[in-house]
Amino acid sequence: MIDIKNISKWYGSFQVLTDCTTTINKGDVVVVCGPSGSGKSTLIKTVNALEPIQQGDIVVDGTSISDPKTNLPKLRSRVGMVFQHFELFPHLSITDNLTLAQIKVLGRSKDESLKRGMKMLDRVGLSAHKDKFPGQLSGGQQQRVAIARALSMDPIVMLFDEPTSALDPEMVGEVLDVMVQLAHEGMTMMCVTHEMGFAKRVSNKVIFMDAGKIVEDCSSADFFGKPEERSPRAKDFLSKILQH
Amino acid sequence: MALNLDFSFLTADVVKANLLPGLYYSLQLTVVTMVCGIVLGTLVALMRLSSRPWLQRIAAVYVDTLRSIPLLMVILWFYLLIPAGFYSFIAGGYGLAHRPEFSAVITFTIFEAAYYSEIMRAGIQSVPRGQVYAGYAVGMTYSQCMRLVVLPQAFRNMLPVLLTQTIVLFQDTSLVYAIGAYDFLKGFLTAGQIYNRPDEVLLPAAACYFVISFSLSMLVRRLQARIQIIR
Repeated sequence: MIDIKNISKWYGSFQVLTDCTTTINKGDVVVVCGPSGSGKSTLIKTVNALEPIQQGDIVVDGTSISDPKTNLPKLRSRVGMVFQHFELFPHLSITDNLTLAQIKVLGRSKDESLKRGMKMLDRVGLSAHKDKFPGQLSGGQQQRVAIARALSMDPIVMLFDEPTSALDPEMVGEVLDVMVQLAHEGMTMMCVTHEMGFAKRVSNKVIFMDAGKIVEDCSSADFFGKPEERSPRAKDFLSKILQH
Repeated sequence: MALNLDFSFLTADVVKANLLPGLYYSLQLTVVTMVCGIVLGTLVALMRLSSRPWLQRIAAVYVDTLRSIPLLMVILWFYLLIPAGFYSFIAGGYGLAHRPEFSAVITFTIFEAAYYSEIMRAGIQSVPRGQVYAGYAVGMTYSQCMRLVVLPQAFRNMLPVLLTQTIVLFQDTSLVYAIGAYDFLKGFLTAGQIYNRPDEVLLPAAACYFVISFSLSMLVRRLQARIQIIR
């Protein structure tokens, strides 16, 4: 479903991604992890072309993102994305946050988008807050609304860019619960996260990055189950995060 | 020393015949300039923030030039440079008869757009980059992202400053006396001439400008507290 082929990216003369290649199949739940500054967030943002790449290509559901003829907005409308800092639209109510892109981008009717939006809001357990504004919700609630906003576009894949990193510890659980449920329903997901518990229990594939390169790309059973087969950098990372 | 001030000529008739038509034009000029200036200014701000260098350059030259020339000169230049045919083209005989008034509207719009554009630029930059990403991520085009996500927030953030600039603009409209447009100040000056009180008339004129501008400032302050986005 997502084919990342030998991509490289530079910020000026600084290379942030070096020759990254991986494949994500339909139904996969992929966790991307690694130390800060390793290029995880940049990698996930290249998948829907929020960050342009200078070399290589990414093919999402048969559409190449580097083909100049590709309609990027249309491609992005089929790829859901959840951000570290939620990025709900603060000037709009929760309802409008959920329906805006459905109406303006997908061309759905008001009724239809409202129905779809409310269904997704109900799914993340926040129907009671539909008339509030983002600033009136807690971080965890805002992130669940952000997931509902992405889901109401009926995406073929969901990208999560550190969805729990900006949350108070108490609120991490409620967001992860929604993500676990989504994974169980068969959604294709790519998640940049430090939540190793989630990675262990839910993901079927782990990508470990360091210094802009994909160092490990293996099943999560192997990643966590056979540490002796891992590269020294991944071993070091695992030993630091798993000892507590 | 006795000043011998005499304001007795300021009767209801004078107010009706000279002052109100002048005030009406001044307000008209202010409101039209504000609306057109903000629209044009927003476009210039978007050009200045564009990723295309030639658009940035055009916008920068526009803004820097107009902000470096005294308004009074710009008013005179535009009045002298725009040919009469232009006014008859946009408003026929009425346009020809009211050439200074029309010229002032055009000049002020173009001039104030330079100032409004800098305010809008700051406003657009005050919207976090993540909001733009979020707009793109749900499939919006550049123009949708601007219209639906960035500009509404930029506008809200900047509304108090935009309105304050408009109050300054209202005061600046009095400069159109230089080309003989019949504005609020001209109304006073005309009455002063008719009743041979050219000096006295400046005091009530100043008082009126002060009362209008000051009360608008107070209103803006109140509004500011109300419209802030909850974050």
